[in-house]
Amino acid sequence: MPRTLFEKIWDAHVVREPEDQPTLLYIDLHLVHEVTSPQAFAGLRVASRRVRRPDLTVATVDHNVPTTDRSLPIADPIGAKQINTLRRNCHDFGIQLFDIDSAEQGIVHVIGPELGLTQPGMTVVCGDSHTSTHGAFGTLAFGIGTSEVEHVLATQCLPQNKPRSMLIDVRGALPEGVSAKDLALGMIGGIGTDGATGHVIEYAGDAVRELSMEGRMTLCNMSIEAGARAGMIAPDETTFAYLQGRRFAPRGTAWTEAQDYWKTLRSDNDARFDRKVELDASALEPHVTWGTSPGMVVPVTGCVPDPAAAKSEADRRASERALEYMALTPRTRIQDIQVDRVFIGSCTNARIEDLRAAARIVKGYQTNRSVNAMVVPGSQAVKRAAESEGLDRIFRDSGFEWREAGCSMCLGMNPDILQPGERCASTSNRNFEGRQGRGGRTHLVSPMMAAAAAITGHFTDVREWKFK
Amino acid sequence: MTPFRTHNGTVAPLDRANVDTDQIIPKQFLKRIERTGFGEFLFYDWRFLPSGELDSTFVLNEPRYRAASILVAGKNFGCGSSREHAPWALVDYGFRAVIAPSFADIFANNCMKNGLLPVTLGEEEVAAIIENARTIDNYGLTVDLERRTVTDGRGFSASFAIDDFQRHCLMEGLDDIGLTLLYEADIAAYERKRSAIG
Repeated sequence: MPRTLFEKIWDAHVVREPEDQPTLLYIDLHLVHEVTSPQAFAGLRVASRRVRRPDLTVATVDHNVPTTDRSLPIADPIGAKQINTLRRNCHDFGIQLFDIDSAEQGIVHVIGPELGLTQPGMTVVCGDSHTSTHGAFGTLAFGIGTSEVEHVLATQCLPQNKPRSMLIDVRGALPEGVSAKDLALGMIGGIGTDGATGHVIEYAGDAVRELSMEGRMTLCNMSIEAGARAGMIAPDETTFAYLQGRRFAPRGTAWTEAQDYWKTLRSDNDARFDRKVELDASALEPHVTWGTSPGMVVPVTGCVPDPAAAKSEADRRASERALEYMALTPRTRIQDIQVDRVFIGSCTNARIEDLRAAARIVKGYQTNRSVNAMVVPGSQAVKRAAESEGLDRIFRDSGFEWREAGCSMCLGMNPDILQPGERCASTSNRNFEGRQGRGGRTHLVSPMMAAAAAITGHFTDVREWKFK
Repeated sequence: MTPFRTHNGTVAPLDRANVDTDQIIPKQFLKRIERTGFGEFLFYDWRFLPSGELDSTFVLNEPRYRAASILVAGKNFGCGSSREHAPWALVDYGFRAVIAPSFADIFANNCMKNGLLPVTLGEEEVAAIIENARTIDNYGLTVDLERRTVTDGRGFSASFAIDDFQRHCLMEGLDDIGLTLLYEADIAAYERKRSAIG
């Protein structure tokens, strides 16, 4: 019987299918960070349980960490306590931790792939909704809550009901200046923020095959913003080339054997999906969100929509509320919206290719004098790579701040936050009210679009950019 | 986990769609390392003005909804971050059930682990409950998990679907880690098989 990529991975991880209970699924890789794990470890202690497979568990600190000088102690005592708690838990339970002073520290969804921990065919979980990122490698990767973190620590398994499957077939080629981020935003705008609830998305089609691993990670990362349980892309030569030689990737004959297996990880030709969606990549434009939900998005050539034209009463009220929060007037041209801050970073868009794309725009220009702009690399490894290519110079010379790795202003758990009323062009994934700081106004864009806004001071169509 | 069988309570209407977990519990309160004490920060940016005073215009601050234990809201409730702090905050504040036309997957899972029942009803049924909660003083509902019904004793009655196993765990207040550990032999056998291949 023909199977989808998702079904092949699911089937390979079934430990048991108890009658009248969810399937017990084995987890190959459990990533842990400081914010969603302390209560899970506390639960293990209360029940006198051990971590079943510390060797399949890897931790780092990312959400809370300052992105300024790392030689200074962490100023926030509660944040410091959370980080210290993770240190103690990793020590007591024998878990490898890439700590704040580690050369491998970074956002958990950046370092997993970077270290070669994330490999095709795996099941990957983390107490973080953007775990969907790892699906770019042809893994089944999904976010879990803290109780489930405890469950995986104790048993290396999770009871799961099988999600439904959705194919998003992206035809054609992305035009110049239109990135994986725009594809993700366009997709969410099309199917809605709950359009894929209960489903695992497989992205396929020419435009997806043409994406680099960085682009695939950006796309899979934002699956959760469409409500999906996970997003995935079948592994191919691009995947293998990215993985080969990475620290935890297989070597020698193990590499050859692994690759033979990975090549079987694709949906069979006549595999059945519960839902199929087609997108035309060639018609996509750079996108900018205007509201307080990622589905509130329009092309850069568009205008802020008029709530009066909303499809339903509920949508109209949601739009009105969003416009009030965002301090925007209906029918304003997107390119007339001025920004105060620019944030290039996050698990969505802080990999080396993202920084290269942004630097290409920035090179030779100065940031607008009314804009405060920063780049927060996704990991220390990305930071080093960027510095070796001179990207940090380009950013600094044009007026950007160049920071240490972490989640930073994507969610503002560390000191990097927007002030009330500030408007930000951000390469992150959520434009929720207050996400980047209370009263802060977030517009989600690609790294190129964010870089251009930093220079001009307003949203600008990067397809018309004059590169220097 | 506190078992959930049937619950009677007053209803508070939060007539918004896509209520995300950042709203339910903003990030500055995620640094605690305990599961308790999040209730006072529930919907913080909506309940409190920037000055720290209560915002009297926010629905949960209206005196008639202060004792509410059932929250009714718009579609896609609990979208966004996987933070279990969201159901912890709702439970700590005093809610036992949330009714909405749809829930984000991770949030709904997290609720089930904490004795907080997510009840999915039709858009029209939810709209009717919101209207009643607004217009009828101390409007109450009975959420019966065993019979999978929501009733108000005034003629409103709706039934909801829920996974049988999750319902069983909620009703018994079961520790599902304990259940998985019963399959230790299967897990060990799976691991042996995998390492033999790998």
